[in-house]
Amino acid sequence: MDWISRNLPYLMAGISVGGQYALIAIGYTMVYGILRLINFAHGDIFMVAGLILVYSATVLPMYIAIPLMIIATVFIGFMVERVAYKPLRSAPRMSIMISAIGVSYLLQNLALYVTGGLSQQYPAIPWISDTITIFGTTTKRVTVITPFLTIILVVILVLLIKYTKIGMAMRAASRDFETSQLMGIKINSVVSMTFIIGTFLAAIGSLLFFTNYTGVTPTVGAMPGLKAFVAAVFGGIGSIPGAVIGAFIIGICENIIKGLGWTTFSDAFTFALLIIILIAKPTGLFGEKATDKV
Amino acid sequence: MSKTKKIAWNVGLIAALLIVLFILEQVMPSGSMLFTVLKKGAIYALVAVSMNLLNGFTGLFSLGQAGFMLLGAYTYAILTIPAASRASVYQYYDGGIINFAIPVPLALIAGGLVAALFAFLIGLPVLRLKSDYLAIATLGFAEIIRAVFQWDKLGPVTNGSNLLKSFPTFRSVLYPFIVSGICIALIVMLINSTYGRAFKAIRDDEIAAEAMGINLAHHKRLAFVISSFFAGVSGGLLAMYQTTIQASMFKSAMTYEILLIVVIGGIGSVTGSCISSFLFIACSEWWLRFLDNENFYIGSFHVPLLRAGFRKVVFSIVIMAMVLFYRQGIMGTKEFSVEAVYNFFKKKFGKKGVKEAGGTNEQ
Amino acid sequence: MKKRVLALALTVAMAGTMLTGCGEGGNNAANSNTSSSDGGKVVKIGVYEPASGDNGAGGKQETLGMQYANSKTPTVEIGGEEYTVELEIVDNESSNDKGPSAASSLVSSNVSVVLGSYGSGVSIAASDVFKEAGIPAIGVTCTNPQVTEGNTHYFRICFLDPFQGTVLANFANDNFSAKKAYILTKLGDDYSTGLGHYFKEAFTGLGGEVVEETFQEGNSDFISYITSAKNAGADVFFAPVSTEAAALIIEQSAAQGLGIPLMAGDTWDSNVILNAAKGKDVEIYVTTFYQEGGNEEFDNGIKEWINSDSTAKSNNGGDDTIAAVTAMGYDAYYVALEALKAAGSTDAKAVNEALWDVTYTGVSGEIAFNETGDALRDVAYVKCANTETGAWDFVAVQGVN
Repeated sequence: MDWISRNLPYLMAGISVGGQYALIAIGYTMVYGILRLINFAHGDIFMVAGLILVYSATVLPMYIAIPLMIIATVFIGFMVERVAYKPLRSAPRMSIMISAIGVSYLLQNLALYVTGGLSQQYPAIPWISDTITIFGTTTKRVTVITPFLTIILVVILVLLIKYTKIGMAMRAASRDFETSQLMGIKINSVVSMTFIIGTFLAAIGSLLFFTNYTGVTPTVGAMPGLKAFVAAVFGGIGSIPGAVIGAFIIGICENIIKGLGWTTFSDAFTFALLIIILIAKPTGLFGEKATDKV
Repeated sequence: MSKTKKIAWNVGLIAALLIVLFILEQVMPSGSMLFTVLKKGAIYALVAVSMNLLNGFTGLFSLGQAGFMLLGAYTYAILTIPAASRASVYQYYDGGIINFAIPVPLALIAGGLVAALFAFLIGLPVLRLKSDYLAIATLGFAEIIRAVFQWDKLGPVTNGSNLLKSFPTFRSVLYPFIVSGICIALIVMLINSTYGRAFKAIRDDEIAAEAMGINLAHHKRLAFVISSFFAGVSGGLLAMYQTTIQASMFKSAMTYEILLIVVIGGIGSVTGSCISSFLFIACSEWWLRFLDNENFYIGSFHVPLLRAGFRKVVFSIVIMAMVLFYRQGIMGTKEFSVEAVYNFFKKKFGKKGVKEAGGTNEQ
Repeated sequence: MKKRVLALALTVAMAGTMLTGCGEGGNNAANSNTSSSDGGKVVKIGVYEPASGDNGAGGKQETLGMQYANSKTPTVEIGGEEYTVELEIVDNESSNDKGPSAASSLVSSNVSVVLGSYGSGVSIAASDVFKEAGIPAIGVTCTNPQVTEGNTHYFRICFLDPFQGTVLANFANDNFSAKKAYILTKLGDDYSTGLGHYFKEAFTGLGGEVVEETFQEGNSDFISYITSAKNAGADVFFAPVSTEAAALIIEQSAAQGLGIPLMAGDTWDSNVILNAAKGKDVEIYVTTFYQEGGNEEFDNGIKEWINSDSTAKSNNGGDDTIAAVTAMGYDAYYVALEALKAAGSTDAKAVNEALWDVTYTGVSGEIAFNETGDALRDVAYVKCANTETGAWDFVAVQGVN
């Protein structure tokens, strides 16, 4: 019992942060699946979502502020695709990736300007911010909720992709972009939908993440963003369950490493994992066989 | 233009540039921002060209530049801190375990060699990856290198995560210009050699290049190692410019900046990278600084919106606009050269008789 | 072409949405206190402080002290002539690589003396830039010994980390009879590493035991660290880190039920900490340079000034709690004026020479420099955060012995 209460916090923190990474990673994996683009700005959209709630919660009640935050974030995600990625769709892959880096740079600098460079305190969200005790360890309720919420959202998403028309169109587009266009799929709306779903989940992820770690700074999205991307690669890019499992593994390992006292390497570990998986099994845990990665 | 004439022109231009710099340094107050921009610009030009060698000429999308600069900068600093200052620099590690200092030029080269050695080792596994996977793997390696250099256990060598300082630095703006100039000249010579042509063939079509008998693995590794060597040298120069270094400076944001310089200058243009690195540094450090000043007036009109950070917003919007609407960058894949200018003027003013000499010097 | 214009318009619109979507707090009116002079002689004082990044909050508060002092005393008599003092403010972004460029821009605008910085790393990083230009710098709250060590142009008006670390270790030992301390420092932050090191030295010297851990820049998950501290059976949690990380640590240690006192140095003396701690179940002790109430006249004056200026108020974190760094910034400004007067010239070299002999009685106490350029200070104030009222409670004045 003592052993559990000593080590449970690491595991819980790991699972919870893993769930948050998972919600971000889905955005990466879906966009990559269709456009073959590492959307470097995704982590920054996650940060922007946090900032929007910080500011909207100062003037609006929470039950309006949260839906507003989600809508605004989804809108920004949609606009980023339309403005920065769509014009470059026929350009070489490197150009569009550079554009993604540019968007990331722009979002960070805008956030720096708006916040004046200061860390913003995330508002406490009723119920999920409360402190609770399980097995003798105290923690926030959000820590416990996150994995369940993540799994529910993922199941809904998988059903959506499997059984709806737009889901079918997405699968087709990710299988073969050109041919699906020839088959009469409105590729622009499919891509937009992908970005909308991705940013929606990132917005939820930011709500959970910042409730636990309550400081929003302009660069706060960069590391979770990169880690979520690694999770997506680890699970096999394009595969949603893969991204989720990858994210949980990364979240848990990272916290165990911190628990062991190897704190200097908690970030480096994630990248080491990435390189190992890229070399050993480039398609990731659940990736498709046919690919042009290597 | 004949070859000897071309060389003479180029040498003349470079000499003129150095003389202008020398005179500037005598007449301008030494604290002027111009020199800050010129020094940093020269260093960034070198690292941008080294990145261009990979991204623009070989088609390998690597994002590890900051990591290699870190290796160069640390090697330089560790090897040149005078023995007398070591006790105060390595104050938490009893003066460290290295108790000698080597001359500056040797240390710069050593910095490049260490970066090249690491590039060789890293390249063994990752160069098999393609495009964005290579990018993300090299980015990951840069982060791992940064973590290792901050490791407490390596403190006696790297001073842990603390600042390294007291190493020799340069005062004259000529120094980074000459070192960067030599390095860039070496890169240009490489690009114009058989190796360079092989690199370009790989960039344009790997399968075709392989069919033509180019050893892909060998040439990719070569490009990666050479690019990292020069990134290491520029890291050493950066250490000299900054006067203090620390592993936490070399974040992925630095690589992104260099990448943006390369893109703005034109992927595949050496002169483009050089021009854009000066422009980039001047804008970010100097020309746009007034945007951060809250009390900026045009006449008696108080300009709204200005406040700390606005400079960066404007700057990133300009960069976004460049990336979206001016994708080929300042120079595209062209080069600025005496010959191109010569031909340009010939075409404009001496239309009759010299038409066959027209056209720009395309790579 | 049409398409391009459209896309450009969209880019602007996107930027616009971001600004309006979350842009209150912005677009404030200008500060009145840095207005340029009309015709008269001007002496420029450089302010090298962070306004963004990790230490942005503290840097802004420190700058406020200087701006307030400047608004109170906008002129100085140098060599029999009246000069208007202009503050030349740059942002070093709390970053050791952006710092030197910001410093060069100060040098290029010909300042006579530089004030700053908050944070030791940026001060060390810019030191050589000032040295080469022959401009003296007065460190305000950079407490790492390396700032002034081995040079003749960097001065400082605050106490040093070996002193502060000892004070904190003594305090932990005396008040909590602490036998084991958990020390959490940030990688690559000279202030954090330095103070952690000196605390460890002093604490182990008293027979205590320490557990040390570090975190990376950009880390926001401190739950594992807090758990490790609990598991190690530590009696105090010592975290000399920036306010940005501090707010996260306080929040998470309350949520995790840490149950031991949090201790830190001067950076934590900020309303960021008070706001984070308000209403939470945490115990926070800090050492600092100045205790609110130490000088009534200064306290009331600056409160009035902050409340009358919306930019100043938002720079101070939205209320009128006076941070010790603000008082230090205020004193630093007057030390600079004293030096200018003594030098009788605006020449940086003369100011540098004059600084050695400057003495000044500021709101934070007597200031005089020793042979390394450090202020002779032998007391620190210990404060405790009152989580009910959201203010600091005075605990003790502590020296080394």
